Amino acid sequence: MTVIAWIVEGTWPACVDAARTHTQADADIVLLHVTGPEVPGAARGAYAGLLGRAHPERDPGSRLEHLAAGAAERLLTDAAERLGRPCTRLERRGRVEREVIDAVGGADLLVLARDGDRTRLGPRSLSPASRFILDHAPCAVLLVWSKPPPREATTPLPRSHPPH
Amino acid sequence: MAVPAAAIVIGIGAISTSHARAEAERLGPVIGFLAAVLVLAQLCDDEGLFHACGAWMARAARGRPRGLLVAVFAVASLITAVLSLDATIVLLTPVVFATAARLRARPRPHVYACTHLSNTASVLLPVSNLTNLLAFATSGVSFIRFTALMALPWLVAIGTEYLVFRRFFATDLDAGAQPPPTAEPPEVPLFALATVACTLAGFVLASALGLNPAWAAFAGAVVLATRALARRRTTPAIIVRAAALPFLAFVLALGVVVRAVLDNGLASALGHLIPAGTGLVALLGIAALGAVLANVINNLPAVLVLLPLTAPAGPAAVLAVLLGVNIGPNLTYAGSLATLLWRRVVREYNHDVELGEFTLLGLTTVPAALALAVVALWAALSAIGG
Repeated sequence: MTVIAWIVEGTWPACVDAARTHTQADADIVLLHVTGPEVPGAARGAYAGLLGRAHPERDPGSRLEHLAAGAAERLLTDAAERLGRPCTRLERRGRVEREVIDAVGGADLLVLARDGDRTRLGPRSLSPASRFILDHAPCAVLLVWSKPPPREATTPLPRSHPPH
Repeated sequence: MAVPAAAIVIGIGAISTSHARAEAERLGPVIGFLAAVLVLAQLCDDEGLFHACGAWMARAARGRPRGLLVAVFAVASLITAVLSLDATIVLLTPVVFATAARLRARPRPHVYACTHLSNTASVLLPVSNLTNLLAFATSGVSFIRFTALMALPWLVAIGTEYLVFRRFFATDLDAGAQPPPTAEPPEVPLFALATVACTLAGFVLASALGLNPAWAAFAGAVVLATRALARRRTTPAIIVRAAALPFLAFVLALGVVVRAVLDNGLASALGHLIPAGTGLVALLGIAALGAVLANVINNLPAVLVLLPLTAPAGPAAVLAVLLGVNIGPNLTYAGSLATLLWRRVVREYNHDVELGEFTLLGLTTVPAALALAVVALWAALSAIGG
């Protein structure tokens, strides 16, 4: 059985714990992290805006890409330590939701954490990227709360039907 | 490319040599001022100032992404104001990213804060942005007066950005972070901080004595350069490279080209679009025009175009132009459609950037920050006089 745990800054410990708790000891666990292009892209755009001063060798976007690679490696190391089991680390670059869908092809289970508004139950507890992955994942999905879930009272009341 | 263009416009007589010389004489001191500030920022980096900022931000965050955002806003606003937007983009942004990564926080809000504040927070001092330096040279306002009038718009624009960021990036900020792994107090680069403080005091003093504040920036750069050279931390070649000489030639040439375009009909065409007077509505109109023009052709040519047209109306109109051309570029990725199209044509990079989110953030922040900053400018003008 191949299990992919999607590691995202801030919410990853819950995914790692769920991958350990809800799978058998002999499962192949893959820790997946995806670095998106937005953050280096934003820095690169700001630098391009410095009309005439933008020399490629000083581009902060390139420095951010380099730093991001190191940060992803450290994050996956932390996650592997927390898992405490043999696992595979997988780092990808690109549009996050697309890369995750692409990476889980052939896997049996994807573990991901709710990363939206986690103060109330409901669809907004998923970010748009997680929503896309949930809707398009070609395998079973285990969706976990990265902190204790809010009380049920936050569920909207059933809509009262108007009298006919 | 601007340099040959300038040679052509002079060659074909599109601008008279006397106008070209006047433009060069006007821009010369501005360019020297900018070179001094660029060198000062680079030497501050060599002294460890930006590294210390990273350590301070990590401590101030106390393991909370919202705490980190406050610290990033404070540091990026001050660095932009004092050491110019170039310093924030080139030197501070990587430090902010590394700090967020150390705290295991999502970097997006913090890096976007740097890119936005490099524009929004660049309205405070004449040295914060090249656009300000150009206007400062034209408007005849003193360094102290410029800063006094722009202080309230600066605070209001930053405050607006902060409120929008907290909402826009709520998901990322809710995701959590960890306290920094080591808690040893950061080493404070006292010499660099003292030099920057003395340079700021020098700006005020020079302004009071009627001298060009560029001398204060020059003196600050010389002090740090001497120390760095004596300690063999840098070389003369690196210092000269930090002064970005080709860029300085570019600005000079751009000034000549823009002057030629203005002389050949643009001045009369745009003159009709500029609202008359310096009431609140007129100032809002001028700032909006500045923002639109900056987003179309980049804020540097935009300010060169608008300055001669607004300067006769007085400092209020010039400062409104600056709010427009400095805050406006947050609307477009790469600061202007012209740069964006150029880069798309050139295709320097392999992957396309997600423009939707960038533009949505710009649309959420820029109109509100700009309008409120202009109201703040109008209030400051009413309180202390234009």
